Order: sequence, then structure tokens, then C-alpha cells
Amino acid sequence: MEEKKVLEDLTQEFKDSIREIYSQFGDNSLLIERDSLLEVIKFLGGEPYKFTMLLDLTCVDYIGQKERFQMVYHLFSIDNNLRLRLKVPLHEKDASIDSLTSIWKNANWLEREVYDMFGVQFKGHPDLRRIFMYDGFEGYPLRKDYPLKKRQPRIKFRK
Amino acid sequence: MTTRIQKEARQESLLLNMGPSHPAMHGTIRIMLELDGEKILNSEVEVGYLHRGFEKTCEHRTYFNLLPYTDRLNYVSPLINNLGYVMTMEKMLGIEVPQRAQYIRVIMSELSRIADHLTCLAAMAMECGAFTVFLYKIKAREFIWDVIERTSGARMTTSYIRIGGVKADLHSGWKEDLKKAITETRKVLKDVHGLLDKNKIFLNRTRNIAVVSPEMAINYGWTGPCLRSTGVYYDVRKAHPYLVYDQLDFEVPLGERGDNYDRYLVRMKEMEQSLRIIEQAMAKMPETSAPEELMTGGVEPAVAIQASRNKRLEENIKLSPNLEGSEKVRYRDILTSDKRYIIPPKEDTYTTIEGLIRHFKFFMKGHGIRPPRGEVYFSVEGGNGELGFYIVSDGTDRPYRLHLRAPCFHIVSALEKMINGHYVADIIPTFGSLNMIGGELDR
Amino acid sequence: MEGGFITTKFNYILGWARKFSLFHYPFVTACCGMEYMSAACAHFDLDRFGAGWTRFSPRQSDMLLVVGTITQKLAPVLKTVYDQMTEPKWVVAFGACAVSGGIYDNYAVVQGIDRIIPVDVYIPGCPPRPETVLDALVKLQEKIQNQEHEWRWKKRKY
Repeated sequence: MEEKKVLEDLTQEFKDSIREIYSQFGDNSLLIERDSLLEVIKFLGGEPYKFTMLLDLTCVDYIGQKERFQMVYHLFSIDNNLRLRLKVPLHEKDASIDSLTSIWKNANWLEREVYDMFGVQFKGHPDLRRIFMYDGFEGYPLRKDYPLKKRQPRIKFRK
Repeated sequence: MTTRIQKEARQESLLLNMGPSHPAMHGTIRIMLELDGEKILNSEVEVGYLHRGFEKTCEHRTYFNLLPYTDRLNYVSPLINNLGYVMTMEKMLGIEVPQRAQYIRVIMSELSRIADHLTCLAAMAMECGAFTVFLYKIKAREFIWDVIERTSGARMTTSYIRIGGVKADLHSGWKEDLKKAITETRKVLKDVHGLLDKNKIFLNRTRNIAVVSPEMAINYGWTGPCLRSTGVYYDVRKAHPYLVYDQLDFEVPLGERGDNYDRYLVRMKEMEQSLRIIEQAMAKMPETSAPEELMTGGVEPAVAIQASRNKRLEENIKLSPNLEGSEKVRYRDILTSDKRYIIPPKEDTYTTIEGLIRHFKFFMKGHGIRPPRGEVYFSVEGGNGELGFYIVSDGTDRPYRLHLRAPCFHIVSALEKMINGHYVADIIPTFGSLNMIGGELDR
Repeated sequence: MEGGFITTKFNYILGWARKFSLFHYPFVTACCGMEYMSAACAHFDLDRFGAGWTRFSPRQSDMLLVVGTITQKLAPVLKTVYDQMTEPKWVVAFGACAVSGGIYDNYAVVQGIDRIIPVDVYIPGCPPRPETVLDALVKLQEKIQNQEHEWRWKKRKY
């Protein structure tokens, strides 16, 4: 099973959902529409591609562009030893996407992290709340408009 | 603030909090339990007590400046984090690293992996009550850190592996030091095998506790020794070989059942394989192209500075081999020849104008390492599994986004499910065998 | 009773007794924990200074050793642990992150624990060598020896 064949099959199956396929520095990435994410993943998880492991799930903030947030998924297939990157752009006003907790269990904590750091909502997540920052923290730290040194202390300082 | 477990708990059960500051020396994590006597009915894990803002800080530093921050991620095996970041940058920039530097990197990363496994198992054994094992393993770790310290200058957080190679060559007399470290580690491993392998108490506490099946492990995204203990054969060094791992001969140990004992045994066997790799790398390492004779002859530093005011200096300057100022001859072996991405040697900086300008421009704001626009992902085999770096660059000298794929994060997210149904005392060996490192989990 | 001579001698004996039997509580969070483990184990021994016993409970210890970075999320926990300790107590800030925030100057890290609790000895280094830790312990012992001990019932203001 080669990467080229996987990409060809994907383009054939999802002609209108895939915006772009490009390769850079030796990695292959796909840019797809938000609504077809679950179908693409189910397609890739089945035979013969067997992308059974979610390596990583993260988000990039392109401030200034209309589609501000871009979700990035790294998938991996142990049997075929293949890696693939999926990217889904989101609008700023409507930053929400389907949750992958029904397919992979580690998506639970990964999506909580993205919610905590960027503010992206996940539809269908069983327990969406902050994971790294504490309750009472206002704002989303990893967005580009949150200043680096803005502190929100939890207890009163001595000096 | 009510947590999830407070909302879900039954009226008659006891809620126990193993708070962030507790004796298990792994890091700060909070485990909340719902108990019926000693049996655990439900549990919740809260992380984030060591969130130091690594990803956001990296967006405000240049590519060279953020090397010390990567040291402090998985702080028991710091050289492997360095290696992961540097190899991601090299993939993006397309740099070739000389052979000797690759062998040095392999030796350093295997030494870090041994230190990681030693610390993990030492803490796990100490919490089960075997204090002697802890003392033996920390003693072995000291010998390993001695080798790293004599080469790079620091015991733990070294920033030794740089973009394009390594910072300095191995110190003179490295073979004896390394042989001593290997023999001491082998002695300790033999002792610990005798103490713990067939020990009835240890077996009772770890056999058939927290069993994980291969499907569950893959679904949770586990990698590394924890995944291999369930029987799945996946090691980044064999699947996507990097550095010179395809020329070295080593095995990847697998477990059978996926319980605590298997995780312990897989780590012990992996340490033996790492020692094998180090011995092979020691034998195969290419000789330095600057033999020692070149370093003994030469002019004195004061004479050299005086002479270079009139004309460019051609002879070597007589200094100790590891000290900065005598490195120009050795740069051929340890750093890439592409001059845009490395600091020029100090002889050039202080005696020629071109060297000074290059040094200045490397560190100046806005100049320096500026990779092309785009994004890249690369992963290495860390102590816990697949350590991956995802870097997005927009053409300037600072990363636009840097994301770390932390292996611990996925492993600990399965902890809640693993301890349900067991006793409170089973949490300790389970948590110890997962090797949670706070710096990597919370970034 | 000669107030001056007896009380100073008693102070001296109390100081001698307290400094050679320190029970410490290691509040370990980050990388400095590895150097703490090295300092406490066989090569660089803490036990020969009398401070070998680690008491894993604040109520039974008299020295709080804050090792590693303290984040904003963890700050109330540190204050609670400090308040739970009984008098007399001393605090040692171990490592650059506990002293002043270290290399992390951002939204999530407290810039030094002396913003939360009073500190007696600061140990610089990232991470500090075990010899530095032993030197700091000797300095703390000197400080305890020369301190005015409150063996009379005196209330201390914060």
C-alpha cells in the first residue's frame, strides 16, 4: 500500500470535499471541508488503508485571514507504515467541528486541550472543559491576540 | 468548582483526593477517586499543574534561542528532546549532518534513554517498597551523567545537540568513561533482575494489574514501551529509521499481556539493547579528521591575537580540545558545512572580519535561521514513545506555531479506565510503570 | 537567675539540636527533582548532614523544599501546604524557577515563590549541582544556629 495510491483513492471518492492535496518537505497534506471530516476518517480507517491511530490533533491560528483557525490531524497506520496529515479550516465566527471521541479515545483529552487553548467548540464531546488552565481563567492563551505576559493570579501575592 | 466526579458520585461512597503534591516522585498530577472501602468505583485525573506555556513562549523566540526550552520538556532524557527538535529543523532546511556527529548523537540519545528507564523503574520500585533498587539505579545514572557532563558541560539540561550537528566533539578519554558507565550499568541491571524478577511480593503487586489489550492501546494512541508491552511491534527507530539506526543491529523487546509487570520487563530489556547499540556505535564511529598531534603544536593565544592584527592567522592556536577557540579544525566532523545555520568558530569570529559579521548576523533580530514557508512534522523515539514536533514557519526567524506531540499525554489519558475496579494500593505501581513526566505532559 | 547567660546558652543548644535533625518535605514539580534525587542518594549524601529523612507530610516536617516551577494553578496548593506546617519552619527555594520564575516569563508561571511565602535560602542554578545544594544546607544550618529561637510563647506576625 503506497501513499500515492491512498491519495488517488481519496480524490476519487471525495471529489468535492477535498480542496487541495500538496506535498512539502516529504509530507503529504490534505485540505478538506469541515462537514466531510467524519466520512473521510471512516473511509481511511477501513480496509485496506487501516489508519487506526490518531497521532495528534492540534490547531493553528492564522489571525487576519477569514478562516482563522485551521485544525490539523495526523493519522498513522501501523500495518502499512503510512502517515497522513488532514487540515480543516474553520471560520472565526463559527469555530466548531465534529468531535472524534466516538472513533478514538485519546481525542477526548486532545480536544479538551484545543478548546482550552483556542476556544474551538467540539460537537458531541462528552465533557468539554478546561484541562491545562484553571477555572476562572478568562481568555484562550494560544490565540495570537492574547499577550504572552498577561497574568491572572489565583491567590493574592505578598509583594 | 465541582469536578466531574463530584457530580457523578453516589451518595454512599467516599471521595478521596490524591492531591497535586504527593510522594510519588513523578510530577504534579491530581487523581480523584470514588471509593467503596478500598475498591475504586470511578476516578478522574486532573493535569495541568506544570503547564509552563512552552508553545506560546516558542512563538516569541528565534529558532536557535528556543533550544534550552526543549531540554526541559522530558527532563529525564533531555538529549532526545533536543534531537527531535533539531532533526525537524534539519528536515525543513534540508541539511546534511556529518557521519561522526550522527554517531555521537546516537550514543547520547541511547544514554539518555537508559537514564530515563533507570529513573522510571527506580521510582516505581521505591514506591512498592524496594528502596535498595532505587539507590542502585540512581548510582548507575550518576556514571552516565558523568560521561555527558565531561563532554557537554552539564549533567542534565545540556542543549548539546545543535542544528547541523553537535556543539563540541567528545572529550579525550571518552572511551574509558563510557566503558566504565556500561559495566556499572550492567552490574546494576543484573542485581535488579535478581532482586525483582521472581520476587513474590513484586509479582503479586504487578502481575495482572491494569491489563491493557493491543486494540485499546492503539485506540488510545499509545506508543513506546507501553505499547510494546501489549504485543504490538512499533518502534520509530525501525519503522522510519533516522540517523544511523539502520546500520546498527538491535532487537525490540515485546511483552505479552500488557500488565504492569510486562511494562517493567520491557523497559529492563530495552536498557540492555541500548547498551548493545552504544557498544556498536563506539566501535563503528569514524575517526576524527583532526588527530591529536595537530592540537599539541601551535601558537600561544596571546601571540596569536597580536599576530592577527597585522595579517590573517594560518596556524592553530594552542588550547585545550574542548574549549572554545580550538574548534575550527574539528568543525569538519561535528557540524554541517552549510554556513548559514551554524555559529562560526571562535577563531574566525575574533580574528577575521567575515567571521565577525557572520556571527553578528546569526544572532541579529530578523536575521539568522529563516526557513522557507511551510510546515513539517518529524518524530523520534523518545523514552516514552513517539516524540513528534510539528512546526509551522512563515519565513521569518521565529516559528509561527510549534506543537509537541507528547507521548505521555496519550498514555496518561488512559489512566482513568485502567485503575477502575482495582484497589487503592494498585494505583502506585500502575502510575509508576506508565512513566509520566510532568514537563512533557503539560508542556 | 542570670537572664543573659542561661538564655543564650539555651538558645545555642536549641539551635544545635534543630539544625542537625531537619526533616524536609520535598515539594517536587519539575526538572530540579532529578538533581534533588541525586543529592539525596548515594553519591552526594544528604543523610550525613542529618537531613536525610524525607517526611511526606507537612505536619511532620520542619523544612519545606520547593523544587521546580510553581505555576499559577499550583500556587494555592503551595500556600495551603505551607500553612499546614507547624512552627518552627524554614523554606528553601531550589532552582531558578522557584527563585524567580526561571526562563519562563509568561502567563502561567509565578515569578518566584517569595511572592507567596517567605523564603530563607535561595539556591540558584538550572538545575543546581548537588554540591550547591549541600552548600545551601550548610548555610541554612548556620542560620538556624544563630537564630533567636522562640522557646518562650511569642506570637509571630506575618
